[in-house]
Amino acid sequence: MADMIKIATRDSYGNALKELGAEFDNLVVLDADLAGATKTGTFKKAFPDRHFDCGIAEANMICMATGMSTAGLVPFASSFAMFAAGRAFEQVRNSIGYPHLNVKIGATHGGISVGEDGASHQCCEDFSLMRAIPGMTVICPADDVEAKAAVRAAYEMNGPVYLRFGRLAVPVFHKEGFKFEIGKGEILRDGTDVAIIANGLLTYEAIEAGEKLAEMGINAMIINMATIKPLDEELVIAAAKKCGKVITCEEHSIIGGLGEAVCGVLSEKCPTAVKRIGVNDEFGHSGPAKDLLKQFGLCCDHIVEVAKEFCGK
Amino acid sequence: MTSSEKKQLQITACKVRMGVIESTYGAKAGHPGGSLSAAEVYTYLYFKEMNIDPKNPKWEDRDRFVLSKGHTTPGLYSVLANRGFFPVEDLPTFRHIDSYLQGHPNMNMVPGVDMSTGSLGQGVSVATGMALAAKHTGKTNRVYSLLGDGEIQEGQVWEACMAAAHYKLDNLCIIIDNNGLQIDGNIADVMSPYPIVDKLVAFGFEVAAVDGHNFDELEDAFNKARETKGKPFAIVMNTIKGKDVSFMENDAGWHGKAPNDAEYAQAMSELKAKLAELEA
Repeated sequence: MADMIKIATRDSYGNALKELGAEFDNLVVLDADLAGATKTGTFKKAFPDRHFDCGIAEANMICMATGMSTAGLVPFASSFAMFAAGRAFEQVRNSIGYPHLNVKIGATHGGISVGEDGASHQCCEDFSLMRAIPGMTVICPADDVEAKAAVRAAYEMNGPVYLRFGRLAVPVFHKEGFKFEIGKGEILRDGTDVAIIANGLLTYEAIEAGEKLAEMGINAMIINMATIKPLDEELVIAAAKKCGKVITCEEHSIIGGLGEAVCGVLSEKCPTAVKRIGVNDEFGHSGPAKDLLKQFGLCCDHIVEVAKEFCGK
Repeated sequence: MTSSEKKQLQITACKVRMGVIESTYGAKAGHPGGSLSAAEVYTYLYFKEMNIDPKNPKWEDRDRFVLSKGHTTPGLYSVLANRGFFPVEDLPTFRHIDSYLQGHPNMNMVPGVDMSTGSLGQGVSVATGMALAAKHTGKTNRVYSLLGDGEIQEGQVWEACMAAAHYKLDNLCIIIDNNGLQIDGNIADVMSPYPIVDKLVAFGFEVAAVDGHNFDELEDAFNKARETKGKPFAIVMNTIKGKDVSFMENDAGWHGKAPNDAEYAQAMSELKAKLAELEA
C-alpha cells in the first residue's frame, strides 16, 4: 500500500493542538526547547501567547504545568518520551499523579523509530513508567486520524493523560470522522485463529500481517489498542476466548507495556497463551528507523512469523 | 504594624508552635525542627499577608501558598487549624491511619492546602506555574512558596528560579528558611548552598535577608515584595531550627523526630510559659 498517505503522529499532535487552541482559550502548551521537534511549534505560531518555553528543564516544566492546571488552564506539557516520562518521572508521579491534576503530557519520539539518535533518545520504557502511576491514562495512537482524536479526547477528559507520539511518518488508515474513545479498543479485522493486539506504529504492521496470514489460511483478528490504561479488558478477554491465542505488538519493551497489561488481564480472568512482540529487554542503537524496526522484529514480517509458528503452520 | 498587632502575631506563632508539638507527639513521627523555625512566617502569611478565606478554601481569587519543604507540614497544618480551616483538636491525629492529615501536604484531603508536596524541589516549580497562570489569566492573586535551605540543593529549584525571572513573575514570592541544618548535619558541611542571597540575585530575584523570627522585618520584606515590579522576590530568613523549644534548638536530630512523653511535657510547658508571658 505504497500509495497511502504517511504522517508522523508528532505532526498530528501539533496540528491537533492548533485546532483545539482555536476552540478553547484555556488550552496552553509548554515545551522544553523542542518545539520544532515535538511540533508544538505549530501551536506556537498560531497562539504565541499561550505557548511557554521552559528551556531545557523538563522537571520544572512538568511542575509548572501542574501549577497552571490548578488555575483552570489545561496544559499540554511536551517533550521527547525519554525526558517527559523518564527524566521527569518523579515529577509526573508526585506533582501530577498523586494530586490527580488535569495535566496532559504530550510525549513525542517514543520507541526506537527515533532512529539515528540512538539508544539515549529511544524511549521504550514510558508505557511501563506511566502505567504504574495510579489514575494515569496512557494512550499511544496508531495514525494521524487517531492521534488527533486522542488529543481532543485527552483535552475533554478531566485528569492526567500521557500521550505517546512517534517521529516516523506512518500510514494513515483511519478514515476522517473516526470516533475515538479512551479505554476502547478497536477491531480492525475479525478472525478466529489468533488475536493480534497492537498499538502505535505496530498497528498498521499488524493489519498488513493479518492480510498475509489470511493468504496462508490463518484467520487473524486484528485489534488496535491505543489506550494502554485503562485497558479495554472486555475486548481483550472476548478476543482471547474467540481465538484462544493472543499476540501483542508494541514499540516498547516487552516489560511493563501493552503486552504485560494484556497478560495481566488474561492470566487472572481468562488464562490464554500470549506471545509478546516488542523490544526484548535491550537498548536500541543508531540507524534508519525502518531498518531498526526490521532488525528488532517490529514489523509485519516478524508478526507473520510469530503467528505462523504460534498457529502451528 | 502596631505593637498590639505584633503581640497578637507573636501569640499566634506560639500557638502554632504548640500545634507542631501536639501533632508530632500525636503522630509519634514528623518534622518539628523546620516547622518551629518557620512558625513566624507561617503566622505572618496566614494571619496578615495572604488574601484567603477559611470559609471558602477553594476561592478562585485567593492567594496561593505552596509548601515546597513539604515535610514541615506540622507547621502548615497548625497554622491552617489556628486560622480556622479545620479544628485544632484534629492536629494530634496527624499521620494516623484514618486521619486526613497526611504525613506530607495533600491538597485533596486537607482544607487550605493549595498543593500536594513532599518531594523536595517540586513545590517551587508548581508555585512558578501558578504565578505564570495568574499573569496569563489577568488575575491579581499572589503566590508564595516556602523552601528549606537544604532543599535548594535540588537542581530543580534553580530551574524554577530561572523560569520565574524569565517570565518576570513579580506576583511570586519565595521564602527560604535558612535554619542552617538538614538531616545529615550543617548544610555548609553536607553540601553548601551558600551564598544564598548572591545566587538568588544572580538568578534575577529581588532579595531581602531578614531575621525570620522578627515580625517587623518580615512585614518590611513582604511589603517590599508586593511593591517590586518586573521580577520575582525572595526572602531569605535567618532562623533557628527548633525555635522556642530549648532542647530542640539548633539540633539537626530534631529534623524528623517526635518528642517522647517527657519531651512533650517539657516542650509544652516551655511554650505555655512563653504564651502566658506574651498574654500577660
